[in-house]
Amino acid sequence: MSRAALVLSAEVPFPPSVDDFFLPDLLGGHNPWYTKFTLMVWLAVAVIIIFFLVAYRNPKVVPTKMQWLAESIYGFNREGIAKEVIGHDGVRFAPYLATLFTFIAVTNLFAIIPFLQISPNSHIAFPVMLAAITYLLYLYWGVRQHGLFSYLKMSLFPPNVPWPMYFLLVPIEFAMVFILRPFTLALRLFANMFAGHMMLLVFTLGGFALLNAGGLLSPVSLLSWAMTIALTLFEALICLLQAYVFVLLTGSYLQSSLASEH
Amino acid sequence: MEITGSLAAIGYGLAAIGPGIGVGLVFAAYIQATARQPETAGLNRPNLFLGMAVIEALALLGIAFGFIWQGPAQ
Repeated sequence: MSRAALVLSAEVPFPPSVDDFFLPDLLGGHNPWYTKFTLMVWLAVAVIIIFFLVAYRNPKVVPTKMQWLAESIYGFNREGIAKEVIGHDGVRFAPYLATLFTFIAVTNLFAIIPFLQISPNSHIAFPVMLAAITYLLYLYWGVRQHGLFSYLKMSLFPPNVPWPMYFLLVPIEFAMVFILRPFTLALRLFANMFAGHMMLLVFTLGGFALLNAGGLLSPVSLLSWAMTIALTLFEALICLLQAYVFVLLTGSYLQSSLASEH
Repeated sequence: MEITGSLAAIGYGLAAIGPGIGVGLVFAAYIQATARQPETAGLNRPNLFLGMAVIEALALLGIAFGFIWQGPAQ
């Protein structure tokens, strides 16, 4: 059945599809590069830069509220992730991890902020870029710390394994370290934001479709919108959690690259 | 007899069984570990979130690939 036939009223684009994620070019042309997503990423970068600059303009020993917030965000990444997961020499990654965390959290939270209401991370390009940077980072540090062949040996040949197992283990480890880690890192963030936005679309547009259906179905639209509110709160949790998990996994992969054998 | 409808929807439904059980196991393990030794609650919490996110990635792969593999819209 065509989409128009599924919709009881011709105006509500229900059910939502992948096409709802492609927004029009703001300049009115045909090049799709300057859309709302471009503005949102620029906005996220501007918000983060301005926030951290203003919060640290006059640092005091007894911190002001904004300074405390900025310090909490940085401290959380430095203590909880860089130091705890990577180890004592992980502090050099703390600025990158804090920036990554803040950027992903802000762009994710755009999914529930009015007038924006979609996360740039629901287009696969942005998570792919972030995962690619992490991928190059842990490969670079692995090779820099151990040398190329030593790093390959360390990651593909786990110690204390009987040698016939290596025939099975080495392809799996190769796929894990070099292919699946960046792929799942990007796909996890993308899929969470894609699915979250899709769920919100389903319940919001479904409410309108129920309302337009008339008769006994119209009051059910209130339930649909209540579900939208509940899912928005859930989505806020997921946004922050996904940012945390992305940075935690980045730290974990860096730790396994930097690990020295005792 | 011909059955019509979306195979991708059935595929996603089946794909959600595994991660559902998996996430349940992760949280059950965390609750039991915290019940046995409450001091380790903070120590285990990163592992809790990590486990949940990694397993939920598979469920979300199901959603994403459902759209990719559903073929042309009827």
